[in-house]
Formats: sequence, structure tokens, C-alpha cells
Amino acid sequence: MVPVTQERKNIARPPTARERAVDVSFRWITRIVAGLTAVVVALIVILVAKQAVPAIVKYGPHFVVSTHWDAGKGQCGILPEIVGTLLSSTIGVALAAVFGIAVAVFLTEEFIPRWLESVLKNVVTLLAAIPSVVYGLWGIFVVIPAIRPGCNWLHGHLGWIPLFSTPLLSVGLLPAALVLTIMILPTVTAISRDAIAAVDPLLREAAFGMGATRWETILGVTLPTSRRGVYGAIVLGLGRALGETMALAMLVGSANVISPSLFSPADTLAALLANKFPEAASPLDLGALMYAALVLLILTLLVNMGGEWIMRRDSEGEGAKRAGTKTGTKEVAK
Amino acid sequence: MTVTASTSPPFATAPRVGKVDLQKLERSLRRPRTLFSFCMSVSCSILALLAAVPLFSVLLMLVWRGGARLNLALFTELPPAAGMRGGGIGNAIVGTLLVVLIAALMSIPVGVLGGVYLAEINPDGRSAAVVRFCAKLLTGLPSILAGVFAFTTVVLLTGHFSPLAGGLALALLMLPIIMLTTEEAVRAVGAEMSEAAVGMGATQAEVVWQILLPTALPGILTGVLLALARAAGETAPLLFTMTFSDYWLTRHLMEPTASLAVLIFNFSKSPFENQKEFAWAASLVLVFIVLVLTLGGQALSRRAIKLAGTSP
Repeated sequence: MVPVTQERKNIARPPTARERAVDVSFRWITRIVAGLTAVVVALIVILVAKQAVPAIVKYGPHFVVSTHWDAGKGQCGILPEIVGTLLSSTIGVALAAVFGIAVAVFLTEEFIPRWLESVLKNVVTLLAAIPSVVYGLWGIFVVIPAIRPGCNWLHGHLGWIPLFSTPLLSVGLLPAALVLTIMILPTVTAISRDAIAAVDPLLREAAFGMGATRWETILGVTLPTSRRGVYGAIVLGLGRALGETMALAMLVGSANVISPSLFSPADTLAALLANKFPEAASPLDLGALMYAALVLLILTLLVNMGGEWIMRRDSEGEGAKRAGTKTGTKEVAK
Repeated sequence: MTVTASTSPPFATAPRVGKVDLQKLERSLRRPRTLFSFCMSVSCSILALLAAVPLFSVLLMLVWRGGARLNLALFTELPPAAGMRGGGIGNAIVGTLLVVLIAALMSIPVGVLGGVYLAEINPDGRSAAVVRFCAKLLTGLPSILAGVFAFTTVVLLTGHFSPLAGGLALALLMLPIIMLTTEEAVRAVGAEMSEAAVGMGATQAEVVWQILLPTALPGILTGVLLALARAAGETAPLLFTMTFSDYWLTRHLMEPTASLAVLIFNFSKSPFENQKEFAWAASLVLVFIVLVLTLGGQALSRRAIKLAGTSP
């Protein structure tokens, strides 16, 4: 060893008492700060529930099945909002799943050169970056004028089908669901892309080697192998769709009705909160909104927990499988 | 993924095997299997390209309708009243910057320290699992509920709509993003670096401050920028925490304040052409801010990946 100079010796030394005290307090600070996250989640649930108590006492479970909203007469019900939330989210998620999985496959299965893949990937990421209120504005001035002629043609010629039973005046369920699709597309795409990219290349090669065409491989091997990740992507997309507020508040029409028509104005829970909260006057009014917020909170928490659970099971199962295959190939290679 | 599937058929290079009729091996759309594959490829490509259309449509509209209003007055004047001409969105820009700053001051320290806790102080503990789960749940929290939370705490307690309440709501949305990216960035730092420091007698706090955080800085900044981008564009939680104001911010901060996002929402419903134009101009400014933050974050994260890649 080279003799160590006095100066260098000083660098490596046991921590002083002061440093130890700083260390202990630092660790406690990080612990407290991290714990704050859990406290905040608990606080959100507790505070919203507490504010909702007067309304829960007054309206009881009737609140979620009643269709009237007239705070002046003391009648409050959010069934149209719940139905509207579920309908718009279902349409949005179904469309986003089709597009999202197509884009994910397109991005992973070597359809286009690498550089183009990364361009398209960035385009999808940027879709996620655009604020929801801008999508709302775009929906009002671009989407609605663009789809109105087609929708009204459908209503004129196929009006006997309940889905097309009303004309599209301006705002309505369909434009809201379409914009919602665009907003959750990046979530669905990114997560299912990761899941598909994580499929062992060996599986794919084996399928090709057995003479499968590209789509026989994708539909028979790649997608079934990554299906849990794709399901997780769809459920997490649903979680986003349920809570999405601004674009829906601007496009859905805030009408307290239940209609089977795609073109009819409707309402969602989040849009109800956004539109009614700023003008809520009486404590009971506020309580009713808090009740609606509580329903939304429980709905999204359940959906998101479900999505996380699926994803976690996916990563555990896949990890074990992949580890197994890898050691297998190493042995063969030897 | 590196397998070349149909771009270059592997048979072409091995023509010597027996009597193979090469023409039969060519891709022919008359065969149902090939035809099916071809049709799926075409429809998949169309779907993928359709998915890119909205982004370009939005950007085009922003430049076309928003760009028409782009001048100095836009940044220095107050929003026009109904039916008036001219004006600007100066107070909304200031308000957005202020509320995002407040949110950053609240969420960055908590997020970074929480991420350090998850990655370094107690990575495998039960409490870390709980915190991680809560952070994931917060990621999925509808933004309007963050607003409801800020309303019940700050607005009901202080009795005022204020940027403070708006900042708290936005901080709630930024927190999980910062925390989870910090955890990942700190985890990516090579163990040998912190082990060397510990070997020299450094305490864990010193390792975190002098080794882990500086090395993980690009990754952490990525998370911070992405979180800022999300916060800047959020509207729903601001509607009833700082509402809107037609005037400049005054000295004391406990009062309703304008923001770009709420201005877009309010003016989008306006029947007046002038106000609609300002909704588009405000969107252009807002999207510009958000895209700069997002692209900055992505550039940093590429650098972070490169750094991690070069270290052994």
C-alpha cells in the first residue's frame, strides 16, 4: 500500500456524534414525510366522508338511485350522473383499448423502422401532455362540428334505433366519449406496449420458426402471453376515464337525464362536481356534492386498486416464467 | 424483437436444400392465412396512424386560432370584459406561474424525501409498501377530488379562495409523480458508490446528500418537470380553490386568482368571438409551457439513462 498522507487519513473516519445525530434525525424526517402520503390518502377519504355526512343522513342510499337534482326542494339524486360516468367511460375505454392495443402492437412488432417507432411513441406521449381543458376547447370547436353531420344523418335515417334516437345539437355523450378516448389512449398504449415488449423474444421466434404468420404469432402468442399487462392497462385507463373532469364538463352537456341515445346530452360525476361546486351555497347543497364526490372517490379507488393488483400479479407471474426460460436457454447453449 | 419476421424471408439464403420450388414460398395474398395477416397489418397501421391525428389537429388549431392573437398585449393586458375588444391574459399567466410555484414548493421536498425513504432508508419494509401503495393510489386520484380536498381544508378553514388552496390541490397531484420517479432514480445509482462512501465512514444521511441525490439528479428533475407539466395544465381543482379574477394579483395572496386553465374554461363557453379567441390564445400559451416542460423532462431522462448505461 502507498503510505497515506495525513490529509487523506482525515477523509475516512468514523462519524462524529453530531453527524450521527444529523443522520438519525434525517432518517426520521424522511420517515415522517413518507408517512405523510398515507396520511393524505386517509385524510381525503375522511374529510370528504365527514362533509358528506349531512347529505348521507338526509338522503340515505336513495341518493344513488334517484334521478332528480333540485337542491331548492331538497331533492338530490345522482343516478343520471353515475349512468353517464359509466357509459362515457365504457365507450371511451372500449375505443381506447382498440386503438391503444393496435398502436402498442404497431410499436413493438417491427412494422416500421426504429426511428419512426420512436416518433410515433413520442406523439402518443405528447397526447398525454396536452391539458384536458385544451381538449375540451378542441372538442367544442373541432370534434362536434366534424361529427355533427354524420350523427344527424344517422338520427334521420336510423332514428328508430334507441342509440340514435335524438339529434346531436351541440354537446352530448358521443363527443365527450370520443375526446375521452384520446385522453386515455396514452395510458393504455404505454402500459400495454411495455407488457408486449416484455414478452420473451424466444416465444415469438419459436412461433415464426413453426411457420406462423406475423398475425398468427401476435394473436396466438404475443397478446395471450402479455394479456395481464394489457388488462391492467385497460383497467387503469378506466380509472382515468372515470375521474376525467374538464373535457367532460365542457362536452357532455350537464343534463340531468338518462337517455339511451349516444347523441343526447348527459352528465358525469366529475362534471357535476366541476359545474356545481363553484356555485354551491347551502351546507346541504355542499353535502350533496360531497356525497357525489365520495361515490366517485370509492369508484376510482376500487378500479385503480384492481388495476394495480392485476399489474402486480402480472409482473410476479411473468418474472418467474421469464427467469425459468432464461436459465433453460443458458443450459441449452452450454 | 430482433427477429426479422417477413421483411427478409430466411429461405432466400438457403436455396440448396433439396428441390424447393421458390415460387411456392413467396408471399401470396391468395392464401387465406397470408391474406388475413396482410389485412390485419393494414388495419392495424390505419388505427395507429389515426391515433396520431388528434395531436396534429390540436396543434394545428392552436397555431391557427391561437396564433392570431399572439402579440405583446396578450402578455401585458387584462382579459377583456364581455363584448369588449382587445385585451390580454397577463394576469392568468402570472396566476398560473404563481400557483405552480406554490405547488412545487410544497410537493418537491416531500416527494424527494419520500422517494429517498422508499429507495434507500427502508426499501423493503412494510411501511414502505404501504407508502408506495398510497402513492400509486394518489396517481390515480381524479384531479377534481384533489380540489375537493383543498377546498375542505384550506378554503373552508381560511374562508378565502386563494392560490394557496389551489397550490395544495396541485401539490397533491404532483407528489406521487415526484416520489415514484425519485425512488426509481435513486435505486438506479450503483450500489458500489454508496458502499464506498459508507466504507469511508459516511453516515446514511451523508450518503444520500452527497452521493445519491447528486447522482440521481437528472432522473429526479425529470419527475419534477413532468409533475410541473401536469400541474400547469390542471383545471378542475382550481375551479373552486382559487376560482378566477379579472384583475392583477395584489400584495396579499389570500384572494381569488386567475389562471390560464380556468380562463380557457370560462371563455370557451362565452358567446363573444373576442373571448373565444382569447381561449385559443391562452391554450397556445399553456400548451407551449406544458410541452417545454415535458420535452425538457424527456431530454433529461434520456440523459439519465445514458449516464446509468455508461456506469459499469
